[in-house]
Amino acid sequence: MLQRLRENKPAQGTLLAAPTLLWMIGLLIIPLLLTSVISFGRRSPDGDVIFTFTLDNYTRLLGYSTDCDIGQASCFNPLYMQILWRSLTLAFNTTVLVIALAYPLAYFIARAHPKRRNTFLFLVLIPLWTNFVIRVYAWMMLLRTQGVINLILGWLAGLFNVPFAPLEMLYTPGAVLVGMVYEFLPFMILPIYTSLEKIDNSLYEAAADLGANAIKTLWRVTLPLSMPGVVAGTILVFIPVMGTFIVSDILGGRQVILVGNLIQRQFLDARDPTFGSAASLILMIMTLIVTYFYTRKFGFGEEIVAA
Amino acid sequence: MADFAVELRDVVKQFLTPEGNLLNAVDHVTMQIKNGEFFSMLGSSGCGKTTSLRMIAGFEWPTEGEVYIEGKAMGHTPPFQRKVNTVFQSYALFQHLTVFQNVAFGLEMEGAPKDEIEKRVRHALEMVQLTGMERRKPKQLSGGQQQRVAVARALVKVPDVLLLDEPLGALDLKLRKEMQLELKALQQQLGITFVYVTHDQEEAMTMSDRIAVMSKGKVQQMGTPVEIYERPANRFVADFIGESNFLDGKIKSLSKDEAVVIVPELNAELTGLPVSAGLVSGQDVTVSIRPEKVRIAEKGLDQNSFTGEVKNTVYIGTDTHVFVDVGTKRIKVFEQNRISRLDPGSYYTIGQQVMLVMLPENVLILKKE
Repeated sequence: MLQRLRENKPAQGTLLAAPTLLWMIGLLIIPLLLTSVISFGRRSPDGDVIFTFTLDNYTRLLGYSTDCDIGQASCFNPLYMQILWRSLTLAFNTTVLVIALAYPLAYFIARAHPKRRNTFLFLVLIPLWTNFVIRVYAWMMLLRTQGVINLILGWLAGLFNVPFAPLEMLYTPGAVLVGMVYEFLPFMILPIYTSLEKIDNSLYEAAADLGANAIKTLWRVTLPLSMPGVVAGTILVFIPVMGTFIVSDILGGRQVILVGNLIQRQFLDARDPTFGSAASLILMIMTLIVTYFYTRKFGFGEEIVAA
Repeated sequence: MADFAVELRDVVKQFLTPEGNLLNAVDHVTMQIKNGEFFSMLGSSGCGKTTSLRMIAGFEWPTEGEVYIEGKAMGHTPPFQRKVNTVFQSYALFQHLTVFQNVAFGLEMEGAPKDEIEKRVRHALEMVQLTGMERRKPKQLSGGQQQRVAVARALVKVPDVLLLDEPLGALDLKLRKEMQLELKALQQQLGITFVYVTHDQEEAMTMSDRIAVMSKGKVQQMGTPVEIYERPANRFVADFIGESNFLDGKIKSLSKDEAVVIVPELNAELTGLPVSAGLVSGQDVTVSIRPEKVRIAEKGLDQNSFTGEVKNTVYIGTDTHVFVDVGTKRIKVFEQNRISRLDPGSYYTIGQQVMLVMLPENVLILKKE
């Protein structure tokens, strides 16, 4: 038996993949199927799922109330579409900002003396040692009306005798954006660093040798060669930002509701798992579509390395 | 046009070693490279040849001294403002660009018009026989082809000087020899000054007009391949280039054009040797003779002939290496296999007594080091 297994390479592969495969089937595929089944069901008055087949949850997401006839203008309410759109733009803005912040830093670390690089990477990772939620709460302390930032600004205003009214920063889309950028920055720095670090120094020298100054080298050599890192980082940042609800919950209050919050509330507060499931699936499909077009344009970040 | 394409004047380059010591990677090097010359820097790793090249390219700046290109002091001029181009040891091709784009890169940086770029890139690729490969990525080429792309990419800029840092190091022997001849032909055809760094003496000999033999950051000797081989300036060069038999000796007598050296190891004297400047009677010296210049003869001559015993023979195809003990010294002799050695009678047998002849003009007197 053991002897036969030794000779059977495909069987060995299956065996090695089996634990993960079971895990994925049990905890990803089956729940996903359940979610899609539930999303076509109807909520019972006491919050249970009635298994049936209706598109009500989806039409509701599109903005048509279940009590109305489709096409009747008065009952069209684009609230959920707005939430989806808001999530999408926020994820986009977060990703762009994170790239803008992460790239120079990653470049700096990759070009630093090899002995120092590990120290810098360590510093990048330190915030991850603190719980995600606690870090978001820390931003609350900074941003609220009597928060650290307003205290400092007030003190400065007092110093220069300028009238000062505390800024309302908390519970704004800006606060959510700042929180998201902060939370996901390391996930962009690391992959960009990795791809920058792989660029051989002789390539920079070759570019200079052929007449490229620093800016042209960055544009024509460094950026294209580090695109795999940017792509990987984008996937690592964009997808979670699309779905997360903690940051918007804490820093956005009731003002900034994202798909993540919507789903969470359907399951916990509104007790409508059918609508929550539909929203979850739509979120997933949206993320998949964006990722699909993105990776089709830029690849998964491996072509350049693997070609 | 300036007198020299490249000139290094008393150049020093210091590096900090990992142990925190200062090391002169290049130690007061002066060299003058003529226009249109194929000039090689030859030495083993760590001799300062690559650092010297990098200072010409502008990747490093001298700690002391000055680099001149076409008569202009370079100071801290960055690489992209120097009219020199480099072929890197690792080729340093841009993997994200096609062959065409790689070669076009330097011209785009100059802001050359599109149709001119097109024309010049095609011409450069033709020159290195890569026509038809324009749209491939470097990874889809063989090592030899990648090397040609690197050459084309540098040459398309029509530099005053082309710098080549061990460009053939990664190729197998046969391809390397082909490329040596091709590069040499290219250089003669274009008339561009080539500065070539290599650790391979045969390569340097094959291609160069002049060679600088380097060791420990210093130039040991500069000259044509013939000069360097036939008249090595010191023991290092005689040892590094080709092979030599070294014998300890003492000058017994010295006239204007002849010297007699006592060689205790051979239990004999070498007479009628050519004299070089700076020798004095009674001086301890090293005499050197190339193995292929020692002759095994039936009968000795009046002078510089010694009886010895064959200790070993090694057949290596073109030559047979014969090791002969004379006195207390084992002398290495290379005999060309002009006749077939299939017949065992054509071989020397171990223990056989032979006569070695060293013609005076083939024996060099070197300073003892």
